[in-house]
Amino acid sequence: MLDKNGIAKRIAREVKDGSYVNLGIGIPTLVANYIPDGIRVVLQSENGLLGIGPFPLEGEEDADLINAGKQTITTLPGSTFFDSAMSFGMIRAGKVDLTILGAMEVDENGDIANWKIPGKMVKGMGGAMDLVASARNIIVAMQHVNKAGESKLLPKCSLPLTGKRCVKKIVTELAVLDVLPEGGFKLIERAPGVSVEDIKKATAGKLIVEGEIPEMIL
Amino acid sequence: MNKVVKSADEAIEGITDGMILGLGGFGLCGIPENGISALIRKGVKNLTCISNNAGVDDFGIGLMLQTRQVSKMISSYVGENAEFERQLLSGELQVDLIPQGTLATRLLAAGYGMPAIFTPAGVGTEVAEGKEIRRFGDKDYLLEHAFEIDFSLIKAWKGDTQGNLIFRKTSRNFNPLIAMAGKITIAEVEELVPAGELDPDHIHLPGIYVHRIFEGKNYEKRIEQRTVRSRS
Repeated sequence: MLDKNGIAKRIAREVKDGSYVNLGIGIPTLVANYIPDGIRVVLQSENGLLGIGPFPLEGEEDADLINAGKQTITTLPGSTFFDSAMSFGMIRAGKVDLTILGAMEVDENGDIANWKIPGKMVKGMGGAMDLVASARNIIVAMQHVNKAGESKLLPKCSLPLTGKRCVKKIVTELAVLDVLPEGGFKLIERAPGVSVEDIKKATAGKLIVEGEIPEMIL
Repeated sequence: MNKVVKSADEAIEGITDGMILGLGGFGLCGIPENGISALIRKGVKNLTCISNNAGVDDFGIGLMLQTRQVSKMISSYVGENAEFERQLLSGELQVDLIPQGTLATRLLAAGYGMPAIFTPAGVGTEVAEGKEIRRFGDKDYLLEHAFEIDFSLIKAWKGDTQGNLIFRKTSRNFNPLIAMAGKITIAEVEELVPAGELDPDHIHLPGIYVHRIFEGKNYEKRIEQRTVRSRS
């Protein structure tokens, strides 16, 4: 079973050289720490920055330089700033190659819910709906089951949707799964020490297992 | 053409109860601190505020929620604000949550003189309820209308007496867009210089979109999430 950093590390292997990538808040943010050597990526922050750098050194924080999670950050050689309309313009136009985000639920059709629990949590969707509606490739980073032990990979999402038929790949603490265009979660890899049976038990939606399922290489 | 006003209080003259305001900023980054303080001093009520976020409990628009001056918020993300959530769940405050890119582009449309835009954000979700859907190619898009804003309050880094503005780093965010969408736009800047001092090639927003400008005071520029690397 993977911890949060393990999930981030596995997703980092999906990032292609020369790509523009938007990382959501939470586990997706950690992916930046595990981009393999030799893979050059430009990270997009939807508040108006291409080329997110590491956190600033203590004492060098700048209130005018933050990421979409409102954390202080830095720039890198080649970074650029722009306004929010251009930021979502480049997202909508499909210029951002990969979006990695968290989710509360994903279903076997690739629908995703990650912004609202009616009557409980009303924080807003931020840029998530724009991202999932337009990104060319979307990977979801999340726990396989919620805190109550219920599967988050469902036949149909129960929470209000963020977007429909958009998730292509899911990486959890247990597995890597592809969402097939015709529906269903296709099991691609198992996390170290996790059996296909464990994954079956934790997946409420249609799980497709074909042949031997390899263990992840991290 | 005299756009320069002495203070935030003078700048917000004409703002009355029930108006629609636009406020720049992302989180607490690039918010019109002086303008918000002036609105609180003036005590105007029943405002509709269009702003990506609603501040935190004790800073930014959060201060105007404490004083019950806001009756409706139009935002994309309002976490980090317990008072907001309380007023929303109790029904005191109306809120329209809309996707961030839709918010930005509805402002852009207003500034570009376009009545509406088409965007795929929100198709198949509750955001699409009651909206016209149009298919282009093999994809559905929602029709979303340009905003109409009575007064916009924004913050820039440098400005000149003609209202030309330069923003700094990620504090640009929604500021030029909110500015473009306002019938009357008030810009506060950290440094106000005579026209001619800013290189025309370096200006991010031309002064035609700015009606009143003043040099702000005592910026706190609060950081919401201070994240650092240690020096060792």
